[in-house]
Amino acid sequence: MTDAATAKPSPQLSLRGLAKRFDGKAVLSDIQLDIHDGEFITLLGPSGCGKTTLLRMLAGFETPDEGSIRLDGADIVGLPPNHRPLNTVFQNYALFPHMTVFQNVAYGLRMERCPAAEIRTRVEQMLAMVQLSEFAARKPHQLSGGQQQRVAIARAVIKRPRVLLLDEPLSALDFKLRKTMQLELKRIQRELGITFVFVTHDQEEALSMSDRVVVLNQGQIEQLGTPREVYERPASLFVARFVGEANLLPGEIAGVADDGRVQVDVMGQRMLLRRPFFPATPGQKVKILLRPEDMRLGTADESGFPGRVLERSYKGSTLDAVVRLDAGPDILASEFFDEDYPDFDHRRGEPVTVTWVPSWEWLLPDADAPV
Amino acid sequence: MSRWLLRGYLALVYLLLYLPILVLVVFAFNDNRSAYSWGGFSWRWFEALFNNRSLMDAALNSLLLAASTATLTMIIGTLTAVALQRYRFRGKAALQGMLFVVMMSPEIVMAISLLALFILLGMQLGFVSLLLAHITFCLPFVVITVYAQLSGFDNRLMEAARDLGASEWQTLRTVLLPMIWPALLAGWLLGFTLSLDDVVVSTFMTGPGFDVLPLRIYSMVRIGLSPEVNALGALLLLLSLISLMLSHLILTRKRS
Repeated sequence: MTDAATAKPSPQLSLRGLAKRFDGKAVLSDIQLDIHDGEFITLLGPSGCGKTTLLRMLAGFETPDEGSIRLDGADIVGLPPNHRPLNTVFQNYALFPHMTVFQNVAYGLRMERCPAAEIRTRVEQMLAMVQLSEFAARKPHQLSGGQQQRVAIARAVIKRPRVLLLDEPLSALDFKLRKTMQLELKRIQRELGITFVFVTHDQEEALSMSDRVVVLNQGQIEQLGTPREVYERPASLFVARFVGEANLLPGEIAGVADDGRVQVDVMGQRMLLRRPFFPATPGQKVKILLRPEDMRLGTADESGFPGRVLERSYKGSTLDAVVRLDAGPDILASEFFDEDYPDFDHRRGEPVTVTWVPSWEWLLPDADAPV
Repeated sequence: MSRWLLRGYLALVYLLLYLPILVLVVFAFNDNRSAYSWGGFSWRWFEALFNNRSLMDAALNSLLLAASTATLTMIIGTLTAVALQRYRFRGKAALQGMLFVVMMSPEIVMAISLLALFILLGMQLGFVSLLLAHITFCLPFVVITVYAQLSGFDNRLMEAARDLGASEWQTLRTVLLPMIWPALLAGWLLGFTLSLDDVVVSTFMTGPGFDVLPLRIYSMVRIGLSPEVNALGALLLLLSLISLMLSHLILTRKRS
């Protein structure tokens, strides 16, 4: 293979060594990130992890203390926000309250001194795209939350930005509307082919919408990968806990097999588990990550980890159970209805055994354990 | 029983507030020169007022001074308030504190220190010295009024405008000003009234060529109460009532 064949297309946005401190406290440090044209990338993390600061740097509202931001090869760090070909959908929308919906959407074009006739056709097009054509003459406060949200999107994409930045745009909406808007956003992104950089603290939203997810913690990138990688193969305990529900069983490496699989002592039982992504050494403490849907509950006479059902809750498509293991932690199991098992339901207090689908486990070095 | 007491008390308060004004207006139309007896309705004091050149000049001077003071103070004060609200810079707290010092310090102290300053600079006392002095003592009030309105202002609106391609100036013109102009209007009116009826600072700042209304009235009243002053008072009352109603009308229309 030649170099040309293996070379990836050069990234549209390239962040190198970005760092920012507020009052001496590091908010972001050494951020390296490439974002490709047309990609839906999500910055995910708990509040205070630096995701919003990173977005504001891209928009031009914050200046990094170190590092560079390249857009199509050109450094844009020194450019003021009004000269960057990126637009933002703000948290709580920041619609201009003294302007109508039409004027809000037209604002960006007006600042460009676009001819009035062109403004009219483009705004009408945009309003049609977000299904708000009849609301053009309304003021923002006369619209519902979801409608305001769509105005904010229309206003931000009308200038055909190279990249659209979205700062927790759905956090103010109720659950059902949020689901609808997620689909709506994906549709708009497909139609326009614009790169989306999306900030959220909602891991479910991140997983369902993104091409790639950047998990941030304390100003650093913990993991960068597809939603599937981040969920199934987290790079750290932090990611495992933050993304999705996690059962983490304590274990200790007993030996390493020739094929890379490891013998692990898990709560008094020795098990042969899949090859870890890190070099394992005997005696090392590990955590075994199992998602609730990986767990299987059996009757007390089957093999597995014995425990008792503590809570049982019906979730419509699944039945969730909290099981207190005799050997230690509470685990969450989530089982789909299966017509082959009519006696599927377990009563509270009933003794059960817990197992999981072999090789669905994921091993992580135990960062919590003393070294 | 207590209800009647409460009503009576309220009536007394309002009587004390409005009786002097009522007396002034009534006697502006009194045909009798004496301030103690009613001699029938007449416009003669208004006529006398309009024929009194020196009083009319002083009134025009005062209106000009008040309008200039209000306008300049509004501009400087708004920019100051915007700076204080939006930016973080060294010495911001000190600057804010100094505004309060100016507001709290006795007017006479400010008058004397300004006089000393202008004499030191060799400035001729007159319109310019009055204007500078009036701007100085009006500024803190305007800054605080506009600042209060700005505190409730969502800075993300300014960011949204910048993000959509507006320069600093365009942002100010298209987003900030249309949203905070009621505060600017309030600031202007405040500056106007403060300047119009100021006596203490004006006494020290005025020159021989530029007489202002409050000082003129003061010197007239020292000789004896002239019904022309009542007529003037009635006119000024009418003017302030009209402006009050106008600002109320504008503000309520904006809200709906």
